[in-house]
Amino acid sequence: MSAEPLTPLSASTGRLPQGEEVKQNVASRQQRGKLWQASLLFSVFVGLLVLLLLAWNIVNDAFGGIAVQEAVEVEALTGGRELEELAQPELVAILEENLRSRVLGNLNREQPLAERDAENLIEVILFEIIKPEVVATFSLYDYLFNRAEIEAQLAQDFPRAELEFKSWLRWDFIVNPMSSNPIFAGVRTALLGTLWLLVLTILISFPLGLGAAIYLEEYQSDKIFDERKPVGRFFNRVIERSTSIISTNIYNLSGVPSIIYGMLGLAIFVRALEAFTSGSFFGANEGTTANGRTIISAALTMSLLVLPVVIISSQEAIKAVPSTLRQASLGLGATKWQTIWKIVLPNALPGILTGTILAISRAIGETAPLIVVGASTFIVTDPTSIFSKFTVLPIQIYNWTSRPQDEFRAIAAAAIITLLILLLSLNATAILLRNYLRSRRVS
Amino acid sequence: MADQIRVNSDPRAALAGASVKQIDLRKRPRIGETIIQTILYACGFISIFTTIGIVYVLGQESLRFFASDEVSLVEFFTNTVWQPVIGEFGILPLVNSTMMVTIIALLVAIPLGLAMAIYMAEYASERVRAFLKPVIELLAGIPTVVYGFFALTFVTPWLREIFGRDVVQIYNVMSAGLVVGILITPIIATLSEDALSAVPSGLRQASLGLGATKWETAIRVVVPAAFSGIVAASIVAMSRAIGETMVVALAAGASPQFTFNPFLPAETMTGHIARISGGDLSYQTIDYNSIFAIGLVLFFMTLTLNIVSRMIVRRFREVYE
Repeated sequence: MSAEPLTPLSASTGRLPQGEEVKQNVASRQQRGKLWQASLLFSVFVGLLVLLLLAWNIVNDAFGGIAVQEAVEVEALTGGRELEELAQPELVAILEENLRSRVLGNLNREQPLAERDAENLIEVILFEIIKPEVVATFSLYDYLFNRAEIEAQLAQDFPRAELEFKSWLRWDFIVNPMSSNPIFAGVRTALLGTLWLLVLTILISFPLGLGAAIYLEEYQSDKIFDERKPVGRFFNRVIERSTSIISTNIYNLSGVPSIIYGMLGLAIFVRALEAFTSGSFFGANEGTTANGRTIISAALTMSLLVLPVVIISSQEAIKAVPSTLRQASLGLGATKWQTIWKIVLPNALPGILTGTILAISRAIGETAPLIVVGASTFIVTDPTSIFSKFTVLPIQIYNWTSRPQDEFRAIAAAAIITLLILLLSLNATAILLRNYLRSRRVS
Repeated sequence: MADQIRVNSDPRAALAGASVKQIDLRKRPRIGETIIQTILYACGFISIFTTIGIVYVLGQESLRFFASDEVSLVEFFTNTVWQPVIGEFGILPLVNSTMMVTIIALLVAIPLGLAMAIYMAEYASERVRAFLKPVIELLAGIPTVVYGFFALTFVTPWLREIFGRDVVQIYNVMSAGLVVGILITPIIATLSEDALSAVPSGLRQASLGLGATKWETAIRVVVPAAFSGIVAASIVAMSRAIGETMVVALAAGASPQFTFNPFLPAETMTGHIARISGGDLSYQTIDYNSIFAIGLVLFFMTLTLNIVSRMIVRRFREVYE
């Protein structure tokens, strides 16, 4: 600590200030303190401002205006009626009139037109004939406050285009699979991939992390082998030493950049264990998964990534259980494991679960390791097993953000909102679960 | 030990002389308990395997990389050009841009995070703290890819507006650095706040009692007392900034360049790894091996920083009471 006095003596005279001087001295120091306090407060506001800007920036892109231009007007096709009013045969007729025979043949091979229902036919008509194309995208701010300017520009550049309000985040966006046309693109595949990854990561990392935490907290100083024999002493020493290495190691692992875990996953799970992670060893090869870039590889990688955090937070929760409970249980004759299983764990469970869910919700937002492990950027098939190819929400966001067109930025923003809602509900689940478990157990 | 106590040494039993059934109270070996303990130990050992795995994988592929005729160790650390296509493998441009991003980030995050921490620990009332803590946690919980989106679609256009479109490129180090700074601010803020709050209140009371103002107490008594914790927090944040991938992959550009101009695009180590492995990378190529060499450098940089931060906390912590 600094040895110099807090208030410098009057530099010229070397004596303490007196009389009127004291008041001035104190007042000016108080004033300086107030100024600094204001600047601290300012920093806090900068933090809040950034959060607001971040939120606004996303909303501004996820909603807004679009100018749509259709290759063929609906009215021209149907003679002034809406598509939804037409009967199924009429829709088929429209398709047969307007499409080239090769395209028709392809469609018929997928499923004969006559057998399709109206909803499906309308979709096909939209996609193949009307082909709505977004010629310009506007942010929410521009759409709301620069309306006149936009309309003037549109009238000049795309006279046939119509300006309409667009919420890129809508139900279709959630349930549609990936598409190269941003209007039809959705996050279905990515959302399912994220949910698969979430469940698998919990299933793998929770037992392992909890096991490690129990060992480090409860068995740390226990001696398995007979202390009276030199061999037993030796092995006990080895275990003791390795346990302390494990503890330090866990802290160091929690600081390793996530992309390094991705490289570990790529080399070990994707390449070295390809026979297992691609499913070919289990005869579950789907043909699409000729290599190991599957959900299970990703989940294993993510589990290694979150394991240190799960272990540390579980350790905290176990540490918080009062030792009198353990002593009472042991005193009544319970074995060590009985004490842990019946006394320690039930009491530590709320904390453990919350910590695990929070750790895993972090992992769900991770992108870098999955890029390296090899998430697909463009797939339209739902994942069906742990050996499926996959994509996840953050990968989709990354992929869409890195494209230059405005429409892709807009769906990236909508995907971000989806991801944030998912994360928030995970965190809320963690908190509710903790409160529920706490209220059930009055101890 | 307690194992050795036997009931037949009980004086009362001996006195009575009756044939009391002898109970053996020695600790019995319990196979189940030992098995459980072994399984739990194995769970803990996975972390060691992970570390060994990381070092082995990075080391082995790096060895393959350096064994190639096109690369030499000296060239790797001194060449200022990284152009795998023409056989130029110098890591300096990648390290240089990583360091630029990190320095810009720290210039943002240390003042901002420290100010937040001092405000929360010394000034804020309980109610304000109860509001601010979750906000900071929220900032920390936002996925990094979202920050990348923010950098590219908000900060970059804003920088180009201020400094001119000719000066600031679409992809630039400045934007990435500023946003990484925002991303690591919560780390500095929370860790420093912990350190500041751990300073015993006796020190504050003594200082206030001697006539120091609140600000003087905070900055000349509490902050020096918590200094090791604050430095450690900054180092942890620095290591996080070096390893940060998504923001730089999106905003800093995709061309390794040796430049000190923060308004030009320059690919960082992590950004390069992400871009190269994002494509359909074929194994056994020099590109594949090269990312592991970069990864090894990255791993040792962050590991050193983490170890240093833990050493600082342990060595220089002021212990009171």
